[in-house]
Amino acid sequence: MKIHEYQAKEIFKAYGIPVPRERVAASPQEAAAAASELGLPVVIKAQVLVGGRGKAGGVRKVEAARHVEPVAGSILGMDIKGLKVNKVLVSECADIKGEYYVGIVVDRAARAPVMMASAAGGVEIEEVARTSPEKILKLAIDPAAGLLSFQARNAGMALFHDAKPARDFTEIAGKLYRIFVEKDCSLIEINPLARLGNGSLLALDAKINFDDNADFRHKEWEGMRDLSAEEPKEVEAKAAGLSYVKLSGNVGCVVNGAGLAMATMDLIKRYGGEPANFLDVGGSSSPEKMATAVRIILSDPNVKAILVNIFGGITRCDDIANGLLQAVGTRPELSDNSVMSLRRVPLVARLTGTNAEKAREILKDSPVAPAETMSEAVRKAVALAGGAR
Amino acid sequence: MSILIDKSTRVIVQGITGRDGAFHAGAMREYGTQVVGGVTPGKGGQLVEGMPVFDSVEDAVGKTGANASIIFVPAAFAADAMLEGIGAGLDLVVCVSEGVPTMDMVRVLDYAKDRKTRVLGPNCPGVISPGKAKVGIMPAASFKPGCVGVVSRSGTLTYEIASQTTEFGQSTVVGIGGDPVVGTTFIDCLRMFNADPDTRAVVVVGEIGGTDEERAAEFVKTEMKKPVLGFIAGQTAPPGKRMGHAGAIISGGSGTAPEKIKAFEAAGITVVYEPQEIGARLKARL
Repeated sequence: MKIHEYQAKEIFKAYGIPVPRERVAASPQEAAAAASELGLPVVIKAQVLVGGRGKAGGVRKVEAARHVEPVAGSILGMDIKGLKVNKVLVSECADIKGEYYVGIVVDRAARAPVMMASAAGGVEIEEVARTSPEKILKLAIDPAAGLLSFQARNAGMALFHDAKPARDFTEIAGKLYRIFVEKDCSLIEINPLARLGNGSLLALDAKINFDDNADFRHKEWEGMRDLSAEEPKEVEAKAAGLSYVKLSGNVGCVVNGAGLAMATMDLIKRYGGEPANFLDVGGSSSPEKMATAVRIILSDPNVKAILVNIFGGITRCDDIANGLLQAVGTRPELSDNSVMSLRRVPLVARLTGTNAEKAREILKDSPVAPAETMSEAVRKAVALAGGAR
Repeated sequence: MSILIDKSTRVIVQGITGRDGAFHAGAMREYGTQVVGGVTPGKGGQLVEGMPVFDSVEDAVGKTGANASIIFVPAAFAADAMLEGIGAGLDLVVCVSEGVPTMDMVRVLDYAKDRKTRVLGPNCPGVISPGKAKVGIMPAASFKPGCVGVVSRSGTLTYEIASQTTEFGQSTVVGIGGDPVVGTTFIDCLRMFNADPDTRAVVVVGEIGGTDEERAAEFVKTEMKKPVLGFIAGQTAPPGKRMGHAGAIISGGSGTAPEKIKAFEAAGITVVYEPQEIGARLKARL
């Protein structure tokens, strides 16, 4: 789960990581009030859950009081990479002498957290990793021992070549690691960490991603979620226990298992179609879940055909078949409660595994087109959606 | 032979009194696996379909001689269940539970580091050595004894692919799970398959996210003595989006399907693009 810069900075403040004096504003008037409170000049920063705000014109310095409202007004409401800016952060300006990078992620291969630090701050870290990887210090963190002071201190000395900022860096790094562990982060970043004219360090930006798997022990996350940045159908699907990602094609798919779902999407593309979505119904075969899955896919007007690919192990194919019947209805000419009563698209179902024979019987006289193999099912669905390109 | 499990494996089910635990305990036993009991703290002394329940793994091991466990415990308690299995000195702990926090898994594997237990998973369907034993949830009908080893990050995709290798049958099929940090990697399994006299070829089923496939490719290039085929799911996955599995995410531009396919091809791994092709491609390489 991603959170905004201003939310991450709240957490930084709570842990004692130095941040600029700033205020969140949701309107030009609020921005003006904030600027007057902080004193000019200020930087006005779009609060949006994507990178590249600066390049998109979402970060602007304002020197004169009379410019605050119009600049804030032009940033609020901006569309940056598909996301609307609903808030800005009005921040006092800092006397920046140098920009650095420090962040923590879990290194999957090492099965442990790793801290990365670099004197090449203020740039995308992936860019630095690509063009000058030697500029990135990597501190392997022992999960039991945690980030050790000497590790942070040595990194600080390598970055700043001066004991005072190295000490400040050591403290900040330690706090960053504490947040990473205590808040179950998957990523935490300060970019840039600025060295100021007076020698002190200041976190000019803050990025925190939480590990969604840990939500059961962080009830506070729900209130921090920015639903406006999430695809509404994806939110709805998640609430129904489905895993759904909207794409832009016209062949909808309903599959049990994430790997099989991805493979199904890939095969649709391979046969000249375009997948409309990723959808994993998981292990459960309840009719309600199947109906919800079909309904969510149908709500996408691009969808011209739906492919259901189920490999039943514990999941029983006859349960899926009954669920599908409920979704498509059996008598299209009657006004029924099926999710397809509003919009009818062809549906191909390949059900294999436990009770597949029973499922075939159940769907025999229904509008659901059967398929034996995955390849056959995909071919049929692509053709029904309007053919290969 | 087979890898990881065989007829001699003695399994306990952690979470045996829960719905999934009870169901799969019975299914594994029906398959022929030696399921010797289960663990649910506080329910020791009970029986689940004739199988004894113990309060702790240590107790269960003491009374039954169990050397493996499979975990069906909610994600919030799964790490502790794995730690208990490792602490009791089991040879193998299989965690089926999905939703284990990444740092929990980091801590579990750190604890396991200098101990004898191999951890499989989490978020995995387990392992099956057809005709011998099943420590997992996979449907028995899709598998038959034979010579192809399969290792996969997926669940149902594994069954789909295994069902395409029935002409040769399978020595062992291992699900390593869909999470970013897992106890057993592709290389771990390739190494075991390499040394297993009954395995004549291996199919690797990968997906987007991480670099496990790339590292596996390196191992295949330098050490593998048997033909390897590969399948990568997620060529149509958009970057930055979690595709179901916690580990299936392209982040910072890395972990893409094309990169993995390129690494496979450079290592001499036959890349298969449709499950249906696998039978023919296996024939060609065996």
